[in-house]
Amino acid sequence: MKAQFLIHNKQDNIGVAVVDIKVGDTVIGVCLEDQSQVSIEANDNIPLGHKIATTALKEGSNVIKYGVPVGHATKPILPGQHVHVHNLKSNRW
Amino acid sequence: MGKYKFLGYRRPDGAVGSRNHVAIIPVDDLSNAAVEGVANLVAGTLPLTHPYGRLQFGADLDLFFRTMIGIGSNPNIAAAVVIGIEPIWTAKIAEGIAKTKKPVEAFSIERVGDLSTIERASRAARNLVQDASETRREEVELSEVILSTKCGESDTTSGLVSNPTVGRVVERVVTDGGTCLFGETSEVTGAEQLIAERMKTPELKERFLKVFNDYNEFIKSQGVDLLGSQPTEGNIRGGLTTIEEKAMGNIQKIGRARIDGVLKPAEAPKGKGLYFMDTSSAAAEAVTLFAAGGSIGHLFTTGQGNIVGNPVIPVIKLSANPLTISTMSEHIDVALDKVLTLEQTLDQAADKTMEVLLRTLSGRLTSAEVLNHKEFVLTKLFRSA
Repeated sequence: MKAQFLIHNKQDNIGVAVVDIKVGDTVIGVCLEDQSQVSIEANDNIPLGHKIATTALKEGSNVIKYGVPVGHATKPILPGQHVHVHNLKSNRW
Repeated sequence: MGKYKFLGYRRPDGAVGSRNHVAIIPVDDLSNAAVEGVANLVAGTLPLTHPYGRLQFGADLDLFFRTMIGIGSNPNIAAAVVIGIEPIWTAKIAEGIAKTKKPVEAFSIERVGDLSTIERASRAARNLVQDASETRREEVELSEVILSTKCGESDTTSGLVSNPTVGRVVERVVTDGGTCLFGETSEVTGAEQLIAERMKTPELKERFLKVFNDYNEFIKSQGVDLLGSQPTEGNIRGGLTTIEEKAMGNIQKIGRARIDGVLKPAEAPKGKGLYFMDTSSAAAEAVTLFAAGGSIGHLFTTGQGNIVGNPVIPVIKLSANPLTISTMSEHIDVALDKVLTLEQTLDQAADKTMEVLLRTLSGRLTSAEVLNHKEFVLTKLFRSA
């Protein structure tokens, strides 16, 4: 099974790139919980270890990883976009 | 009967170590020169120099004594020479260590000076090293010892692979009747309720949440937030964005195990099982506190490449980040990148880690030991008088 990104949990709306992903690439993600696969087109260059959105996210909505909120989107995010400090902020500090 | 065995050193009090050091321990900053003098003269000694031990008071002084006595009492230390500027605190630390029945010699510098102290301490150290050199390893059970775990310079590969791998090892160790320490108070922020729910009793849950809340109150009292420090710049470079994300990755290290106790910094557990220790998330400070609490081996996961070691306990470095594994290979003991590419399962990764752990406890040197990483870093709670 070849995957370019991995998803921790079924409820997650982001995955983690396990290779350097290039904008325009069609990439496959595998969910570690049930081995299900998704395919999306990358909207940004996403370095290994960085997050890729698997669904569209509204500004203010929670980003879910490990099945729990790990912060909120500070601007609208499209599927396939890079999710990091420029568009995701902690709900704590 | 435990399932896992290794070759360890049996100490006079029955405790088991994975190393056989003769430690030369300064009580205070002023005694570092004499300690280095002894270590330069006597082969096979381990100097544990540090910058503190003068005019500390209250809880900070308590922690200082607990750490120094704990380190000297660690089963990886066969014998200790304690050197201090004056006799009272020197005796306090030496007598604390001597409760383990291991040989301890104490020297103080006032009224004799460094040179005489170095000579007398070196003569004592020479005998202790020769005696320790005849101690032989014997087969022991892993369930007899204390291990510890922490992550550093984490990235998303830590939460995906190396931390859940360690989590599986921790589950196996605890199920086998063993003991494991974890901590990092500031770094469980966002996962603190999940940790609290793992506590075996309501009292423990309350105690843990008090430790966690006290720390957060301290941060608030400083008029700062931890943005920029937690996650670190290294974490952010590796793709981690928020403290909640980092914390969720962090707590994968304890797997699904329940928690048997909450420890003060450097406090030794009284029973078996999994214990949370109130520690800093800074690598060298936390590993030093775990060693003072009795850990004889440490599993350290890293994403971007934290290179920490400890003079007293072997620190086994695990990483799943292929970039770190290829560019910093001399620091990595267990490479787990094949899990990231789905060529290996987490259970296979845990098998491999368990094997390296047992070999390391039996004497195999870690990368950090070979590369002379001996970070001995005391935690200081507040400034001295």
